Amino acid sequence: MAAHSAVLSVSKIINPFWGGRLGNTVKVFGTTLTSHRNKTQLTGENIPPPAKYGGRHTVTLIPGDGIGPELLNHVREVFRFSCVPVDFEVVHVNSALETEEDINNAITAIRRNGVALKGNIETKHTMPPSVKSRNNLLRTSLDLYANVMHCQSLPGVQTRHQNIDIMIIRENTEGEYSSLEHENVPGVVESLKIITRNNSLRIAEYAFRLAREKGRRRVTAVHKANIMKLGDGLFLQCCREVASGYPDITFDSMIVDNTTMQLVSKPQQFDVMVMPNLYGNVVSNVCAGLVGGPGLVPGANYGRDYAVFETATRNTGKSIAEKNIANPTAMLLAGCMMLDHLKLHDYASSIRNAVFTTMNENRLHTADLGGQGTTSEVVQSVMRIIQSKGQLTAEL
Amino acid sequence: MVQVPTQFDVLVMPNLYGDILSDLCAGLVGGLGVTPSGKIGANGAAIFESVHGTAPDIVGLDLANQTAMLLSTIMMLRHISLHDYRNKIRTACLDTIRDKKVLTEDLRGKSKLYLLSCAKNAVLMSRYCSYSSFSTDLRSYLAMLA
Repeated sequence: MAAHSAVLSVSKIINPFWGGRLGNTVKVFGTTLTSHRNKTQLTGENIPPPAKYGGRHTVTLIPGDGIGPELLNHVREVFRFSCVPVDFEVVHVNSALETEEDINNAITAIRRNGVALKGNIETKHTMPPSVKSRNNLLRTSLDLYANVMHCQSLPGVQTRHQNIDIMIIRENTEGEYSSLEHENVPGVVESLKIITRNNSLRIAEYAFRLAREKGRRRVTAVHKANIMKLGDGLFLQCCREVASGYPDITFDSMIVDNTTMQLVSKPQQFDVMVMPNLYGNVVSNVCAGLVGGPGLVPGANYGRDYAVFETATRNTGKSIAEKNIANPTAMLLAGCMMLDHLKLHDYASSIRNAVFTTMNENRLHTADLGGQGTTSEVVQSVMRIIQSKGQLTAEL
Repeated sequence: MVQVPTQFDVLVMPNLYGDILSDLCAGLVGGLGVTPSGKIGANGAAIFESVHGTAPDIVGLDLANQTAMLLSTIMMLRHISLHDYRNKIRTACLDTIRDKKVLTEDLRGKSKLYLLSCAKNAVLMSRYCSYSSFSTDLRSYLAMLA
């Protein structure tokens, strides 16, 4: 958007002086320059990432910490088994180091490939405050402004509430996660929560377009504008402005504390929810808990040019690392979301169906769902189901 | 909190998280109709109130659940060290809800406001009052109304 308007303003300046000829050149240049940008404005209609050679995509893989490496290994195993035409470029990020070299390498790799699959990188509280969260750095550098999470009740998972189907769209780059804090007076810390009109309009636009694409009827904005009148007030105003352009979709708003209460008592009333960063964090974790836990829900971070896929609740799971008890569902489904993004829909649906069959029909659950299965058992079951469907697979 | 809320005992947190989590927990235990609160100041000044709003849509209809207000009063009695009265009212209140015979609409019952308070008083009196015949009359009156 910014580049487009910049070129237009340049052509407006040049035209009066040089008349038709150079102005035309600028216009032509302007069109070529901005066409790439315009195409990537649409939700879910991003042009396929350029890292495709010989029919195979290259995707950056960031193992992260805790259960990330083992779960991503399982994802690679399933992909290799299903003969998915994706090659992974593994980039390790050491969260114990204070330098930002590792994460910058990862960011460069994602810029090169366009798509990434990642585990959560731990942010140690013992590090000095100048060391920023690596995950946050990744999201802000790549401008992955929309975090999308789809919470759906699974028939095979016993939960208190059934028939939940909520899409949560969370602003991913600003808000309370701007990492702007200062202590002018010792013992008094001021934290800045940044809400901008541009980013709020952008995320609202994304939410409404996604709702329209998926055939959803209602978008709810979650805010605390009664207290944060300027910040959340601006966010709400932007949502209302965008809502007026979508008369087929109902728009309403709800204060965040009421939202969490309604979520634990009547979650079926929600359809699509859009909110700033911190409320998104809280609400998405509540919703993940409602449908069965952090091991079940995948999440995606979309930007204008890049997409990064991970588990929705971004847990490191240090206490269950390398014990073969972690639930691979979230990471496998994140891999399927990535395959859909790469337009490899057949592979995505076959793996997704295998995961759901394991979860719902075979009822092979890991410890977090109250079952006895191990991670490898679940992954083996998924691969067996894929093989039984008769598609081309490698050796089990 | 949504998966295993029983693991938590006492939670302390800053303002915004407290706002969100307190409403979340209220939703877990039955809603705003049963949640009391107290605001304690540094010099001993304290305000006790229920956390629900003014609910203008049900004013005057005898539908409100006054448990939250009553439990807040119980918190106040504890704060001012009137423990005897506090224990009596608390037992009466919790017993009424445990019995499940007289509950307001938000707790999926069908009773009106005054019946709930009467029921509580009946339990109170039957336990602590020597005028037991009076409480028996009151209970038969309630049975007739319900």
